[in-house]
Amino acid sequence: MMKKILAALMAIGLSNPVFAGGADDPLVYQVMIDKLEIRGTDGSNPLVLEADAWVGYDLNKFWFKTEVERVDGETEEAEVQFLYSRAIAPFWDLQVGWRRDIKPNPKRDFLALGFKGLAPYLFEVDGGIFIGESGQIGARLDAEYEYMFTQKLILSPEVEMNLYSKDDEAVGIGSGLSDMELGLRLRYEIRREFAPYIGVNWTGKFGQTADFARDEGEDTSDVQIVAGIRAWF
Amino acid sequence: MSSINDPIKGACLTRRRFVQGVAMGGAFAGLGLGSSALAAVMQQQGPETLRGTDFNLTIGEQAVNFTGAPRIGTTVNGSLPAPILRWREGDTVTLRVTNLLRETSSIHWHGIILPSAMDGVPDIATGFKGIKPGETFTYRFPVTQSGTYWYHSHSGFQEQTGLYGSIIIDPREPEPFTYDRDYVVMLSDWTDEDPTNVYAKLKKLSHYYNFNERTHADLMKDIKEKGLAATWNDRKMWNQMRMSQRDLSDVTGYTYTFLTNGQTPAEGWTGLFRKGEKVRLRFINGSAMTFFDVRIPGLKMTVVAADGQTVEPVSVDEFRMGVAETYDVIVEPKDDTAYTIFAQDIARSGYARGTLTPDPSLTATIPEMDPVPNLGHDDMGMNMMNHTGHDMSGMDHSQHQMPDGKMMPGMQMAGDMDMSGMQMAADMDMGGMQMAPAPAAKPAMKPNPSDFTAGPVHHAPTEYGPHVDMRADAPQYRLDDPGVGLRNNGRRVLTYADLKNLRTTHDHRDPDREIELHLTGNMGRYMWSVNGVKHSDAEPLRWKLGERLRITFVNDTMMNHPMHLHGMWSDLETGDNNYLPRKHTVIVQPGSRISYRVTVDAEGGWAYHCHLLYHMLGMFRTVVVS
Repeated sequence: MMKKILAALMAIGLSNPVFAGGADDPLVYQVMIDKLEIRGTDGSNPLVLEADAWVGYDLNKFWFKTEVERVDGETEEAEVQFLYSRAIAPFWDLQVGWRRDIKPNPKRDFLALGFKGLAPYLFEVDGGIFIGESGQIGARLDAEYEYMFTQKLILSPEVEMNLYSKDDEAVGIGSGLSDMELGLRLRYEIRREFAPYIGVNWTGKFGQTADFARDEGEDTSDVQIVAGIRAWF
Repeated sequence: MSSINDPIKGACLTRRRFVQGVAMGGAFAGLGLGSSALAAVMQQQGPETLRGTDFNLTIGEQAVNFTGAPRIGTTVNGSLPAPILRWREGDTVTLRVTNLLRETSSIHWHGIILPSAMDGVPDIATGFKGIKPGETFTYRFPVTQSGTYWYHSHSGFQEQTGLYGSIIIDPREPEPFTYDRDYVVMLSDWTDEDPTNVYAKLKKLSHYYNFNERTHADLMKDIKEKGLAATWNDRKMWNQMRMSQRDLSDVTGYTYTFLTNGQTPAEGWTGLFRKGEKVRLRFINGSAMTFFDVRIPGLKMTVVAADGQTVEPVSVDEFRMGVAETYDVIVEPKDDTAYTIFAQDIARSGYARGTLTPDPSLTATIPEMDPVPNLGHDDMGMNMMNHTGHDMSGMDHSQHQMPDGKMMPGMQMAGDMDMSGMQMAADMDMGGMQMAPAPAAKPAMKPNPSDFTAGPVHHAPTEYGPHVDMRADAPQYRLDDPGVGLRNNGRRVLTYADLKNLRTTHDHRDPDREIELHLTGNMGRYMWSVNGVKHSDAEPLRWKLGERLRITFVNDTMMNHPMHLHGMWSDLETGDNNYLPRKHTVIVQPGSRISYRVTVDAEGGWAYHCHLLYHMLGMFRTVVVS
């Protein structure tokens, strides 16, 4: 289905008459490794990947997003999203599609309804509502700001939070505000496309989610020193 | 030199080896490109000049090296820039253009009044489909004008990769000024990147090439100088609107090497003079994306023509050139010293450089680039009088409108020359073309002030949506505003309010109707349009042969757009409708409005577009005159 839509969109896009210098709206793609980092903890240091990729035109794109956390060579958390993204306002895209939590077991599937864009005062926002099979409803908000010390040295504070409507003990999710992450990363853009960074990351689990974590013998909050790279092409 | 050792790739510092070898690159490099032609190019420090009525031009590929890294340029007769074409007013010229590229090509004669079929815009010029690989297209048209113009490809991004050259048309009758030397100064921008990639990068990250954003240091400085509250308020609207006050140019010196007659700043083009001579410099902005601010420290420049058309001489220290504009200036160096022709880009990310010198071994110091300016609230299309200081109140009137009889030195010089040039011109007065006599002896024509009333602005429904990120609330006429970065800089900067036709307005009729066009876009998504509709979605503008139009542009973006109408003159309303200067390319400043009149006297299909190469794909209209 998505392939068909993509093919149709490509056909529409590419059929634009080529006047005086190529199509104004060529098919463009981007792969963004937003975070590929090691987090320093007391125990094993997790390796975290947050990345996305898109292909499409000015107003219509297909998005892929993923978040993966590996500890000791084992994938502990893995989430993928496949989304159709449509510009609905000058600074906002509506994103609709499918989210699958591959890890932890068992898998969970959601219908994803999201919005992504730039809020006033230049906050980059990515938020969404996720509707699961068993009536589970999740909500997520991710906001990030970029403060430029210099043209290449950039400090970016970030906050991410997840909320759920129901307990899902099998995957350690409790209802209400489930978890939150506060990050502060300082990157140096060697070039636009490549920047190593260091930072500090605080994660916290709340309510029932925290209880589930305690039952598993996990920490409910942690401050980590992080080091990684941000890269795109 | 400190200004060019930025982290900006150091492109400017690497020495240029012009055309490294005939057979280095391009599959076609060996075809039709004699090495003697290359040698000539190298010796002349700039492209060779072709004269006459009959020209054979071959578009090809050529290995070039501007930055230390070999690249393939798009050339004409093996030359980048393309050869200077020297025509004579009244002649009919024949130009056989052969395309040896692997893709369709074309040549558009920028600013030349000619039949649509000869205009060279594929699929818009009547019957013209472009020049296919291996084919030859013969352009033939009468030359009905004189002055400084240029030509360039109207296909793909070939203009960015080198397909541009100068046109000089010698007048049948003497010009109303004299000079001893005559130089073309073609300014352009070169990138080692594939222009397709440049465009894709802008789509992914529109500020990719902007390394002059405001940073921590600027913030601290502002807070220290103005206090926290004032700084917050100052930046509030920009932050709310998600706009950058440093959005001056989309593609900068980070990737561009700015060229003067094809020479990098490191090498520098050189023009010779003898003390006391009058030197005519024909400035042409042949770049893809770059606005240049041009000055020659130590020399006043008398502007005698704009876009090839003679204007009342005006003496200035500096002028801004939008992409595709041309200015002819006369300078009169009084000393045996060298002078730097300094053309910094509007974003202050680099510069093109040349030298005027009595001795090839003498060069002059290169000035520092000006500080990076910030866009003001009026650039946002808000009517904020007295805010950034350029408005009606500030310098403008005092600076530009000199009291009668108190002319500047440059004007005097122009007056002196009237004897020779103007008298004769007046004798030759023919065909209803009224040559204006010397400024001093101008007939007592009742002033006919241009209407700069900025009525309430109306935005079309098509301007609302994800493709348009702002609309100007109160766009003002800003004819006497030199533009961002040039305001109150202590130099006498040319503004459009200074431009007055040396002759009376060609067509005195009042406009039959007015068309308002809004320049629109979404900077972040890097989408550009007119009235919110991009070219591929737009109906052609249909104009009636013989009508006189008033076209008003409203710039609903934060960028300068050089708007170019093919085939017909744009009679720019600069203050006195009796003496409207004729232009082919008009800068529409951010958040401003500007009006010009067009006599629709050319049948067929015409292109009408922003001349910024990466904007024009969308910010474009086809005009059909019938």
